[in-house]
Amino acid sequence: MAAAILETRGLSKTFGAVAAASNITIEIAEDTVVGLIGGNGAGKTTFINLVTGYLKPTSGSIRYRGRDITRLAPRQVTRLGICRSFQIPQVFDTLTAYENLLVGTGIVDSKDAAEAAETILARFGLAPFRDAVAGVLPEGVRKLLDIAMALVVKPRLLLLDEPTSGVSAGEKFAIMDLVLQAVRAAAVTVLFVEHDMEIVRRHAQRVLAFYDGRIIADGRSEAVFADADVRRLVVGEQPC
Amino acid sequence: MRAPDRTEKIALLGLFALLAGGAFLPQWALFLVTLALAKGLVVLSLLLLMRTGLVSFGHGLYYCLGAYAAGMVGQLLHVGDAAVMLLVALAVSCAVALIVGLLLASYRGIFFAMLSLAFSMILYGLLVKSAALGSTDGFNITVTAAAGASLSSASRRYLLFALSASFAAMAAVGMHRFLGSHLGRLAPAVRDNELRVEYLGASVRRVVYLNTIIAAALTGLAGALTALVVGHIDPEMAYWTTSGEFVFVAILSGTASVLAPFLGSLLFELLRSFAYQYSPNTWQMVVGAAMLLVIMFLPTGLWAVFGRRGKRVA
Repeated sequence: MAAAILETRGLSKTFGAVAAASNITIEIAEDTVVGLIGGNGAGKTTFINLVTGYLKPTSGSIRYRGRDITRLAPRQVTRLGICRSFQIPQVFDTLTAYENLLVGTGIVDSKDAAEAAETILARFGLAPFRDAVAGVLPEGVRKLLDIAMALVVKPRLLLLDEPTSGVSAGEKFAIMDLVLQAVRAAAVTVLFVEHDMEIVRRHAQRVLAFYDGRIIADGRSEAVFADADVRRLVVGEQPC
Repeated sequence: MRAPDRTEKIALLGLFALLAGGAFLPQWALFLVTLALAKGLVVLSLLLLMRTGLVSFGHGLYYCLGAYAAGMVGQLLHVGDAAVMLLVALAVSCAVALIVGLLLASYRGIFFAMLSLAFSMILYGLLVKSAALGSTDGFNITVTAAAGASLSSASRRYLLFALSASFAAMAAVGMHRFLGSHLGRLAPAVRDNELRVEYLGASVRRVVYLNTIIAAALTGLAGALTALVVGHIDPEMAYWTTSGEFVFVAILSGTASVLAPFLGSLLFELLRSFAYQYSPNTWQMVVGAAMLLVIMFLPTGLWAVFGRRGKRVA
């Protein structure tokens, strides 16, 4: 088995009486694509927020490539090689798509920033929108730009929070194919949150099912989707 | 496709035109243009902050500090060399900004604006109570030399004009290059989305801090230049109406180009001078009406006249 790029031990986060994450213990192997599934409020985004430093855990620890990153700030986590995209695209609205990427590539390497930004634009199929201001781009394109921005800082671990939400049903598969193709080209380990089970089946090598802040199933997608609890609590199938 | 960027060329051509034409300007016009260029530096520094998403209502702090630092070089050390006065002003403004900026960098929006205002009013209060510095009357400054060479009255006027024009051109070119650099590009990024900037691995706080110091340096230099041109300083330079006037001119100019602050500043000085001459009791009304017209017809500032839909060129 490949070495673990991310390990969490007993990770918990409470907001008053509400437990958003309860005792999450997992190991994510390098160079894998992992799908995170679960209903609204199951704790998927909280988990991403904890790993990327947006939220500080109430208890537990997070290790990235053997290093403790439990209480690091988002900037420090990013510098170490973990980056993320957002459910609602976080782009620079008054800058063009190219300038958005240039801000990121400039932070990483000011010498070849322009070339790197052009490469990412092409890789994500964003070249036709190069000089369009991000604030007026269609939601699907903004989503792609948001993911592309997460990739410009050359992460080793990428966390995608609902990469196809807000995208029309017809475009979902094409966008996810494009994203995963671009991400694989960069040899990045991926954790993605997704509600569309078909997309998860198609792309995830491993699936983590969340419910009520806990992981209720963990394994290959066929095994997880066959799990009775997952079928009842996540997929929403009624017992016969 | 974007038009080629001529900002630097225009700035340098403008400098040559000013240096050549300045010799033929009447004294009042030379004074007015010198003052406008010096104040344009302050507005340029506000442009940088506005591009970072910040509005300072306390730029009078550095403006006044620069002026008093230059004045005190003459008053206490009996040095009348313009170069020394400007250098000391620059150093003092930067030193204060290094400390004040640490606190300001944690605030945004109205809190940043009001906190900066508070600092400038503290300086105003201190100066008003300082009898040794002339209290509310302030004191006079005389420039007797520049970089060691003594000056006549006429050559002093032209030298200060040439200095202001040169600093304006250098600051415009420098700011243009900075805003086009990777560090400068973080300014609009911070304005648009601080969260994303942090998730790209950059420090929002450091960007704000650095830009606050650059803005303070330009403003302190402008304050010293103004003091040398006018020959007198008083605590009004730190008063909130002075800071408000700079914000007024910044809005009038727009933030589309690094050249806009100098154009806006020149128009404002002309407008104020003529309004004051022809309508001494209601000149503020004339200035206010001009602002209203700009907001209604050129919401992105005067620079919009030079670019269709006010496209950004710098």
